[in-house]
Amino acid sequence: MKSLILHTATRLMIGVLVLFSLFLFFRGHDEPGGGFIGGLVGAGAFTLYAIAFGTEATRKVLRIHPITLISVGLLSLVVSGLIPMFVAEPFLTGKWLFIEWGAFDTKLSTPLLFDIGVYLCVVGFIVTVIFSLEEEG
Amino acid sequence: MNGMLVLPVAIPLITATLALLFRKSSVLQRWFGVLGMVALLGSAMILFRDVYTDGIQVLQLGNWAAPFGITLVADMLTMLMLGISAIMGVVIGIYSLFDIDKERERFGYYPLLHILIMGVNGSFLTGDIFNLYVWFEVMLIASFILLALGNSKNQLQGALKYVFINLFSSLIFLFGVAMLYGMTGTLNMADLAVRLPEVENTGLVTTTAMLFMVSFGIKAAVFPLFFWLPASYHTPPVAISAIFGGLLTKVGVYALIRVFTLLFTQDSTHNEYLHTILLWVGGFTMVIGVLGAASHMEFRKILSFHIVSQIGYMIMGLAFNTAMGIMGAIFYVLHNILAKSNLFLISGIAQRLLGTFELKKMGGLYRHYPFLAVLFLISAFALAGFPPLSGFWAKLSLVKAGLSIEQYVITGVAILVGLLTLFSMTKIWLSAFWGTVPEETPENFGKIKLFGAGQLYILVIPVMIIAGLIIAVGLYAQPLLELCMTAAEQLLDPSVYIEAVLGPQ
Repeated sequence: MKSLILHTATRLMIGVLVLFSLFLFFRGHDEPGGGFIGGLVGAGAFTLYAIAFGTEATRKVLRIHPITLISVGLLSLVVSGLIPMFVAEPFLTGKWLFIEWGAFDTKLSTPLLFDIGVYLCVVGFIVTVIFSLEEEG
Repeated sequence: MNGMLVLPVAIPLITATLALLFRKSSVLQRWFGVLGMVALLGSAMILFRDVYTDGIQVLQLGNWAAPFGITLVADMLTMLMLGISAIMGVVIGIYSLFDIDKERERFGYYPLLHILIMGVNGSFLTGDIFNLYVWFEVMLIASFILLALGNSKNQLQGALKYVFINLFSSLIFLFGVAMLYGMTGTLNMADLAVRLPEVENTGLVTTTAMLFMVSFGIKAAVFPLFFWLPASYHTPPVAISAIFGGLLTKVGVYALIRVFTLLFTQDSTHNEYLHTILLWVGGFTMVIGVLGAASHMEFRKILSFHIVSQIGYMIMGLAFNTAMGIMGAIFYVLHNILAKSNLFLISGIAQRLLGTFELKKMGGLYRHYPFLAVLFLISAFALAGFPPLSGFWAKLSLVKAGLSIEQYVITGVAILVGLLTLFSMTKIWLSAFWGTVPEETPENFGKIKLFGAGQLYILVIPVMIIAGLIIAVGLYAQPLLELCMTAAEQLLDPSVYIEAVLGPQ
């Protein structure tokens, strides 16, 4: 779509939207938020870009093919489920790794990996749908 | 706890993911397609050994104790179904190598096939009624796409009917689940089996039972809810037709068997008509299906109507509600998956040779391809119940079960339907195999060899594997009959299942 307002606004908005989606994603660790809603906002950013500059440009910005995003996402879902099986616990059991840096502590876990998978799947799926619809019309 | 229990679901998921990741490479797709299925078969065999030696195996996903988390349960019925689904997976995987065109491959045929198998396996394994709904959806969504993939007009026509009727059935299923949850406050099937008999409003329990009967009845294609099946199953490529016709409807039958032996028993519904209704449904399904088959002249349409007819036998076995009857039903499911899929696969080879599925335009297969004719005869006779093939034992045990509880009328109907089945198989035999070679046959008919350069052997080998299994089951039926008996006894005594899931009561 050729609109100066849309183009300018999109350039400003896209960074904010991606940051916001990451914020929502990490907030989901302990509070409302998470991979799904974060993924939706992230997909929203690329959708906006696709409307403003067309799908070709968006593919270049995204760099990774959306279906690859889906498959990497699915893979991390499975891996997060399989990790506890190596320590003889049932599939999908949450395993945690606490790293203390002193100033701020990090909590790494299989649920985090699972959530990353959800995020990637949602972004990949919605962007695929939007691309097909845009390119069809 | 048995951590391996997740493998029949995890392996297809991993395979599908990898196939999706390397979707550009046709070679890798094919390797993943077949090797994934072989790995699945291996995992099913290991699990089978565990269940055979140690009884029912249980896994609480995510370490959340039942009835709060999702439980995976494998009893003998589950293992028999998982085993047959893995065998079908391998066979269809090989058949697809030649049958599925590049275009479908590019649009994700192999990932979808594995997701479909994942949904089927999940349905067999789950011990949670809502989770069963989820697996049904996984299976359905994959099957929608597989059915529509390729975009030809009659495919979309068939797919549309399939999608609408199956969504409707899912909705009814969901209503049923909601009512169960409202009455008992739990969704774990073992916990439901404990609490349902305590529900005071038995009318409501019966209503829920009917909702489940209608929903699973649509999925299993029983009378009068079968019409979507013959309208859609003959449209996609043969490999897809075969896995749909062989496996998918039987998931509905599995769900019916599970629900009507574990949840809606005499104890919980206090209603003796439930099994009578099933008996009538079974009887009508048999008769109407076989009459439909007798009236059609298209190879795959005849086979589609036969699916319906054969489902009737399984429902009848379930309706007898005795160990013998349920054993017969389970054996029938296993035998039917083999025989039916094999006939579909053979129809595909015949179509490749003659260029059509219309019986009137077919002919000469017996003269030019006697080996194919033998393979067809084995499967068709098995379906009709000729000794010493697998179908004979399936029908024999059902007839015995029927006579032992003095259900003479329905048993008579079952035998009569067997004869009519033979009639429509003869119809295929007479025109496609014995008939004269029609004029507008492709030029190279009779010249390409089954095991020659045309790579047709990729299609023939799977058919040979299944035909071999049919003969093996027929000649050496006793071990499998015993396994089915174990499965039936486990089903009729839910306390073992409940104790395995919830611990000692």
